[in-house]
Parts: sequence; C-alpha cells; structure tokens
Amino acid sequence: MWLRLMPTVVFTLLVGPILAGVAMVLLPAFGYLPALGGETFSLAPWRELLDQPGLARSVSISLASGLIATAVSLAVVLLFLAAAADTRLDRWLRRAVSPLLALPHAAAAFGLAFLIAPSGLMARLFSPGATGWERPPDLLIVQDSWGLSLMAGLIIKELPFLMLMSLAALPQLDAPRRVALARSLGYRPTIAWLKTVAPALYPLIRLPVYAVIAFASSVVDVAMILGPTLPPTLAVSILEWFHDPDLEKRFLASAGAVLQLGVTLTALLIWWGLECLARRLGRGWVVNGQRRGGERWLHLTGRGSLVITTLTAGLGLGGLALYSVAGFWRFPDALPTTLTLGHWQTALPLLGGPVTTTLTIAASATLLAMLLTLAVLENEQRGGRRPGVNGPLPAPGRRITAMNLLYLPLIVPQIAFLFGLVVLLEALGIRARLPLVIFAHLLFVLPYVFLSMAESYRRFDPRWTRLALTLGHSRNGAFWRVRLPMLLAPLLTATAVGMAISIGQYLPTLLLGAGRIATVTTEAVSLASGGNRRVIGVWALVQASLPLLGFIIAMGLPRLLWSNRRGMRGAP
Amino acid sequence: MKTSHPLVLEEIRLALGGRTLVELDAVIGPGEVLTVMGPSGAGKSTLLAMIAGFLDPAFEARGRVWLRGRDITSLPAEARGIGLLFQDPLLFPHLSVAGNLRFGMPRRVKDRAARIEQALAEVGLAGFGPRDPATLSGGQQTRIALLRLLLSEPAAVLLDEPFSRLDRQLRHEVRQLVFDRLRHAGLPSLLVTHDHEDAEDAGGPVITLG
Repeated sequence: MWLRLMPTVVFTLLVGPILAGVAMVLLPAFGYLPALGGETFSLAPWRELLDQPGLARSVSISLASGLIATAVSLAVVLLFLAAAADTRLDRWLRRAVSPLLALPHAAAAFGLAFLIAPSGLMARLFSPGATGWERPPDLLIVQDSWGLSLMAGLIIKELPFLMLMSLAALPQLDAPRRVALARSLGYRPTIAWLKTVAPALYPLIRLPVYAVIAFASSVVDVAMILGPTLPPTLAVSILEWFHDPDLEKRFLASAGAVLQLGVTLTALLIWWGLECLARRLGRGWVVNGQRRGGERWLHLTGRGSLVITTLTAGLGLGGLALYSVAGFWRFPDALPTTLTLGHWQTALPLLGGPVTTTLTIAASATLLAMLLTLAVLENEQRGGRRPGVNGPLPAPGRRITAMNLLYLPLIVPQIAFLFGLVVLLEALGIRARLPLVIFAHLLFVLPYVFLSMAESYRRFDPRWTRLALTLGHSRNGAFWRVRLPMLLAPLLTATAVGMAISIGQYLPTLLLGAGRIATVTTEAVSLASGGNRRVIGVWALVQASLPLLGFIIAMGLPRLLWSNRRGMRGAP
Repeated sequence: MKTSHPLVLEEIRLALGGRTLVELDAVIGPGEVLTVMGPSGAGKSTLLAMIAGFLDPAFEARGRVWLRGRDITSLPAEARGIGLLFQDPLLFPHLSVAGNLRFGMPRRVKDRAARIEQALAEVGLAGFGPRDPATLSGGQQTRIALLRLLLSEPAAVLLDEPFSRLDRQLRHEVRQLVFDRLRHAGLPSLLVTHDHEDAEDAGGPVITLG
C-alpha cells in the first residue's frame, strides 16, 4: 500500500525544496530577511544590483551562452544523425558519446582550457612551425570576454546529452522507413532525414533541450573555469556576492538570483519564439520539393563537427593526463622533456578524504534515487491491473505531467533556488551538512536515474510478471526474483548515471555543505584560480575517472554474472 | 499428482465500453480440454486474462469462476491455482533450466532436485538441469515450459496458443505430449487457438467466438 504514496512523495521531494528555495530568494530580493535585519520590503537590493558595474554584460553573456551553446549542440546532433550511415566510424562515434556524458563538467572545462590556452597543447603542436611563436602569445583565449570558450566548453558537455536523448527517442519514429520512403521519392539521404525525421524528433527531445538552455544560461563551475572574469557571468557574480563577508550583500545576491531566474526564463522564451519561427519556415522548406541541394555540405558538416567535438574532449583529457605527469616542459615543445610522478605523490595523501566523501555522497544519493524510482515505477506497473476491481483508469496525461515535473530541478537554475534553500535551513537552524548535501544531490540525481530507468522498466514484457504470479509467487516475489534480476543491466547503468551526476555536482555541494564538505569536484574547481596546471591535471583526472569507473563496472558486471546466460546478454 | 475437479465458468460475460466481447457458460471436467476458437480481437485473450486474474479494469466482467469448489473470481492471480502456457516458452533467461523448474515448485515439495531430474528424464531431457535455457531448441524450450507448469501443481491450466510458434513437424509431436500430460494429471484445461488441428488434437468440446 505504501507504494501508492510514492508518486506523491517524489512530487513533494522535487517540488517542495524548489518552491521553498525560490520563495526564500524572492523575499530577501525585496529587502525582507529578518535574520539579517531586513524587516520591511524595499527595492534597495534592486537599486544596488542595477548599480553593479558590468551587469548588462554579465546578463548578455549568460543569455547568449545559454542560447548559442544549445543551438550549436542541437544543430550538430541533428546534422550528425541526418548524415550518419551505418559505417564503422559512425557506430564508434555514437558509442564514444556516452562516456562523454559521464565526464564531469569541470573536468571537460579544464581539458578544453589546457587545450586552447595560449601556452596549451594546441599552440604547442603548431609552434613554432605554423605560428612562429617562440613564447606563448599574449592572447586572452580561455576566459575571453565574449564567453566563446565558455560556450565551447558547454557544447562539449551538452552535445553528448542531446545526442543520447535523441538516440533514445529515435526508435519510436521508425526513422529508416521514413528515410527509405523519402529516398524512393528522389530525396538524398541527409535531406530525407532532415525533412521526414527531424520534425518528428524535435518534440520528443524538447524538454531535454530546455534543460540544456537553463543549464547553460546559469552554470557556475564551467563559467568559473572558462567564462569571462571582468565581469563574470551573472551566476558567478551571484555566488561571489553570496559569499561576501559582508552579510548585507545577501540582499544583493538574492536580487541577482531573481534576475537569473528572469534571464533563464527569457532565454527559454526567446527559444520558444525561435521554435515557432522555425516551424513556420520549416513547414515550407519540408514541402518545397527540393531534394538534393546542399546534401554534400550538410553531410560533411554533420559528421565533421561531431568528430571535432569528440576529438576536442578526448585531446583535452589527454592533456590533463599529460600535465599531471609533466616535469620540465619548455613552451613550444609538444611534449614535456621529463616525466614525473611527483604531482601524483604530493596529491595522493590529499585525495583520500575528498574521494571518500565524493563516493559516500554519490552512493547515498543514488541509492535513495534508485529506491524512489523503483517504487514509483513498480507502483505504476501495479496500478490499473488489480484483479477483480473495476477501478477508474488513471487519467490520460497524468503520466505525462509527472514526467514533465521531473525536469523541474533541471530547468529552474540551481543558483536561483539552492541558496534560498540554504537561507531557509539556516533560519531553521538545520546544520547537518552531509545529509543536506546528499539531499541536494538527490534533487538532481533523481531525474536522471528515473529517466534512464523508466524506458526499460516500462518496456519489460508484462508476461514475465504474470508468469511468476501463475507459478504461485506474490507480486513482491515477482519483483525481487524476476523483474530486478532481469533488469540488472539497465539498473546498473542508471546507477552509474546517478553516480556520475552526483560526482559532477559543484554548486549543491558548495552551498549546502557551507563550503566545508570537500569533494573532488569542489577541490578541482577551487584550484581553477590558482592556475597550477599540473595539480589541476591530477585532480581533474581523478574527477573524470570516478564516474568512468562506475560505467565500466556497470557494463562489466552483467557480463561477468551472466557469462553463462546467453539470453541476458542483449538488453531485455 | 492427480486432481479430480472441474473448472466452472459460470455465466461469464466480458464487455468493453458497453460492447459485449465474450459470453460463455461452461464446465471443463478433469483431464478435459475445452477449445475456444475465434479470429483475433474476438476476446480470447481477454477471457484468459479474466480467468487467470489479470483483467484490465477497463473491461466490465460479469460471472463467476469456480475451482476446487471455491469461487476464485476475486482472488489475486497467485492464489488462484491456475497455470498458464503462453505463445512463447518464456523461460526465465537469468535462471538455469533446473532453476526455471524450481521457480514454480511449491515450497512444501520435498526432494526437489530429484523430482526435477525425474521430470526431465520423462520428457527425454535428462541431464539438462544446469543448461542455459537460451541454448535449447524451440521444441525443448516448450517442453521445459510445460514441465515448469506441471511441477507448479496447478489446479487448472490455460493454454494461450502455445503451439503457434513451433514449426509444423514439431507442432504435432509437442501437442500430443502436452495434451497427454494434462490429461494424465487430470487437469481441466482451456485452450485458445485459431488452428483447427490444435482443436482436433485436443479432442474436447470446441466453442467458437465472434
């Protein structure tokens, strides 16, 4: 019976903290926060906010990076899928994309920074030969004031996300037949895909796209590593104000957080406007009868840009590894003169604590998320199939609404509600840091665990459960002895996804832990300002390898366990 | 394990949205096979779901199902004592052949390993216990599925076109085996099919729906 309460529990868990957090940001934004002496409502925080130098620039960069990073990622994904044939390279690329999803944002950002910095790998590879540089040029490439490197860093991470979401949605569309039909009418393959599959695919990945916009327009850790500094993006500024020793600045930070909500909302509205426009123009384009123009160009762009992105991420990781063992390394040399394990030896004693904390938080949050997910999904399976009871059918669309709600923590900017939550908890006197951090991680882990588990759970052939029941097992028995073991592979994958999401979290750990909980991510990001590439290399590599390890276990374990069960090797 | 009671389907009427799909009133004696035929969409699967206890609440169901002298109409599926043979053998892929058989056996049964070995030998599959079910041929899988059903000691059996996926040559042989074993165990059985040969081999009364 308690299973029936689960949807409500999950709903409260996801929506409650977000509403409370936003409320506790709205009040101080208008001057009301009795704990800090704000007894009356006023517009003073907003006046102070508008007086901040460079605010307009901060806002425009947040807005632009949100829209441009999303647009580029989406365009590359669609063009690649349109151009991809069943060649070995394409299959390899599709597979290479999933580990990229496990790569934490911070590690990807560091990798990119090391690659494109004036003294980075790229400059070394082409110097002095192609560039004539004998010393690093005096250029602001990383942290450029236009936010271009920030956008590039976001694209590296968001592209794999949109790719996986698209690949998950595609089977519903029967793309090969649509393309085959269009080709029989004389359309070239890439154009055929863009005209017959893309318009049907987009509505299925719309929510993930919105999540990307929201994330890109309000990200903190990537912006601290790759984003402009004078002024930084709006989200980074808010964090600085929040951490200002002068507590009065909290009012300013709150106003900033409300502004951030507005910025993200504006980005979403602009995107929605663009959607409408694209629909209008696209409708004409789809039926204009043009069958081959630009095919070659589209084809090359689609595959080329994905190759470049994957290569960049890979080279970035390689760069991190190289720096972490580099001894003496003169500038134009492509490789270090000497190699050393010294940086690792120095870091090793310091790594233990943060790695343990990281794994504790990730394991707890993921375990909780998995329990909730399984409870909700199992309840869904049992609902409506009660023997002998002619209960009302669940209202159509209810499932859809619940699904949309899962995206809420991914669409409301973290910075806009997390520190409202901190203010609230401080006011309530709750100081259990580790449980709070775990809880905050749960908010972001749960949606991903649910999304990655739901598909295989719902597709699971109901006859297996019926069979177990007719053989005399109870519903719980059928769950433990049939469904769970048979769904082990997707279960482990979802666990690895959850762990990866938790490991990569920066802001929730920092804010709910009040800066006192050190994970590999908070440590790595805090090294960004120091600029010691060798130390950063060590930490970022550790940060990147933890989630990867999880995925290796998730893929390896079922193969080991079911080595003698041929029927368990393909996904059920 | 011989049973000797009928499966009674008393004035069953199944409807969806006010439209009647199935009307049936029948008594299936011990060891007897009642064949229900009809085109797809005639409500055959709905009838099986109702008797087994999986009916979707969207359907309106009237009538009673009696087994072992009890009204089982509102019992949960696992308490009805009704076994099912599906279109596919559906051997659990994560269990061995013996694991599949053991999965269905009641806990009170003693000396399960020996019973499993004996049952395998009776259908010509001695020594197959530790095998991975995925390595068995279609006919072997169907035989294991039948054994699993029988070892679970049901009081009645529903057959949902269990032979339709077998090739013609094998079909007759497996069909004979299944009906022999069911008759031998004295189980009242209900077979749903649209193959006339199935009905002939079953040898019992035939009802045509739709």
